[in-house]
Amino acid sequence: MNDNPEDRTPLTNWSRLRALTPARIGLGHRGASMPVDEVLRFGLAHAKARDAVHEPFRAGEIAAALAAPGRQVIEVASAAGDRATYLRRPDLGRMLSQKSRAMLASHSRRSDLALVVADGLSATAIHNNALPLVTAVLAHIEGRAISCAPIVVASQARVALGDEIGHLLGARMVLMLIGERPGLSSPDSLGAYLTFAPRPGVSDAARNCLSNIRPAGLSFEVAAAKLDWLIDEAFRRSLTGIDLKDDSDALLLTKGAARLPNP
Amino acid sequence: MAYRARIGSETYVFADLKSLMARATPLRSGDALAGIAAGSLEEMMAARLALADLPLSTFLSEAVIPYEHDDVTRLIIDAHDKDAFAPVASLTVGGFRDFLCSNRATTESLARLSPGITPEMAAAVSKLMRNQDLILVASKCRSVTRFRTTIGQPGTLAVRLQPNHPTDDPAGIMASIIDGLGYGCGDAVIGINPASDSLTTISDLLHLLDGVITRFSIPTQGCVLTHVTSTIRLIEQGAPVDLVFQSIAGTQAANASFGVTLGLLREGLDAGRSLKRGTVGDHVMYFETGQGSALSANAHHGVDQQTLEARAYAVARAYQPFLVNTVVGFIGPEYLYDGKQIIRAGLEDHFCGKLMGLPMGCDICYTNHAEADSDDMDTLLTLLGAAGVNFIMGVPGADDIMLNYQSTSFHDQLYIRALLGLRRAPEFEAWLQRLDIVDATGALRAGGTSPPLLQAMGDYLP
Repeated sequence: MNDNPEDRTPLTNWSRLRALTPARIGLGHRGASMPVDEVLRFGLAHAKARDAVHEPFRAGEIAAALAAPGRQVIEVASAAGDRATYLRRPDLGRMLSQKSRAMLASHSRRSDLALVVADGLSATAIHNNALPLVTAVLAHIEGRAISCAPIVVASQARVALGDEIGHLLGARMVLMLIGERPGLSSPDSLGAYLTFAPRPGVSDAARNCLSNIRPAGLSFEVAAAKLDWLIDEAFRRSLTGIDLKDDSDALLLTKGAARLPNP
Repeated sequence: MAYRARIGSETYVFADLKSLMARATPLRSGDALAGIAAGSLEEMMAARLALADLPLSTFLSEAVIPYEHDDVTRLIIDAHDKDAFAPVASLTVGGFRDFLCSNRATTESLARLSPGITPEMAAAVSKLMRNQDLILVASKCRSVTRFRTTIGQPGTLAVRLQPNHPTDDPAGIMASIIDGLGYGCGDAVIGINPASDSLTTISDLLHLLDGVITRFSIPTQGCVLTHVTSTIRLIEQGAPVDLVFQSIAGTQAANASFGVTLGLLREGLDAGRSLKRGTVGDHVMYFETGQGSALSANAHHGVDQQTLEARAYAVARAYQPFLVNTVVGFIGPEYLYDGKQIIRAGLEDHFCGKLMGLPMGCDICYTNHAEADSDDMDTLLTLLGAAGVNFIMGVPGADDIMLNYQSTSFHDQLYIRALLGLRRAPEFEAWLQRLDIVDATGALRAGGTSPPLLQAMGDYLP
């Protein structure tokens, strides 16, 4: 495939380098241009990512999978009625539908943490990755003195929808697990947003975020350990956001190392 | 005060300056989302007719966001250079457009003029300009900045090498850096968007960048694009920081949503300069912006997103930046719906920034939920290349695997160089020639990535 002497041939080393990153490196070139096989590979990946944005969210299946003895799961929807509206109207994706608002208000009782699982821009991410991540997060939380609100599964949701949900449920903090906008190499990436004292109108600077949670990115176990650290710190200092730096790495490497599963 | 335009028997009334500006703006989804876009194409043209007759000096007496309520407005008004403004002080917005397109507007006269141009003036005139006007006038503007390379000289184009990795893995990042250097990318900056905001991780990445730049004596600068407060803390801890990064916006409230104030940016500038790590200049700030950020933060005050974007450039201008990057298609279809809107916005941003004297680059990009594709990016890249953009991004295969969007690739910069004969920053191109990566014309040499660079990877291989 690199038979033209004027063009760069990827050296044999590139196969080893390519194993170090999912980035599209060592592609070679034809003159100034991309080789045609990569042009087509890229086109296919874009087609898959575009399709992931429009995949219908199977909220009922997710809710059923998350339900367990002593663990209630509630389904809600944002005010964006369909995908087309959702994409053009993020404001509607940040507020609950009237029906969902009334329903959540009836569940209000004081708790420490509300966990929200939301489709965001990739229902595929939730379908593939929400269950193992929630399981890993709950394994850290359960058995500690943290009370949890019912788990909420939210459709056509933006990150800030968690603020209204957490507020209505009477939770001190909300953890939003949401499908991120699909990348070419990662149509199923999850983001986790932690917000102390959730209420409508919270500034994004008041959140902490972990992104790219998926088997080929930030693993469920490491994400859960980091979230556990952040949740602890947030409760201890009564805040989230830019004033709460994620120093979990250092901590996990020292005294917290025992928390990490063996690779 | 209200503004009016009469078309036939219809009289269009615009309640205030910001409404007039919003209605005159070429259609984009963000202004529709904010409820401030023109209701019809005729209303849009009525607004442009009224705007064309508006004296340019109106913007010095009427603010789109009140002076008392917004520190960006105060910055704009207080920093305005009346002497620089004098040559165009008597013009209307329409007359200003004609002046900019005329031969009287030269590189030199535009440079003298720029401190007198407020962001609202730049935004207003851009609304009367076709794409070809935005390209032609921007191509006459020059903004040259320096740290270890010299960016923005005529006939040059620089590239930010963007070697992001989803878990900040050092070996993965190094592999992308080595690949990108082999294509002659990295003269604007080698800039990593970290997945983590952990200070430990960011410090490690800063040392990684410093290590590769030092080891190969590369005339360039590194940057880890994290919050300015983190960068200041890392500087205090002795980390090797070249450029100080921050995302900024055009209103005080939107900046607050980013966790920044004008005072904090000043602290960042002072901290960065205190290290004296530049060799050919001391421009240390790297800002990123993008239309729609203020609306996204619910901090737009009813002002259209393109005018607010230009106001972000007034913020940038106060800190003598090395790089200002409009990340035009990153924000998504609710602000810029499709390829047409992204292309228009990219040209507007580049023009407004250049007119205001800034070293404008553009992250020519789109997300997978926008109605856009590589063909649209090729179009915008070609237009911005012709307009004289200072720098673009270089992402492996155009696919940013951490931020989940598509930008321009290492190959895309080869394309635009081949098409338009654009060279790299001179210090960096001399280095590429010394390592035999490019020949005397700046073209890539056959035979693969420079062996010394590849050998360097040996340290990172498992």
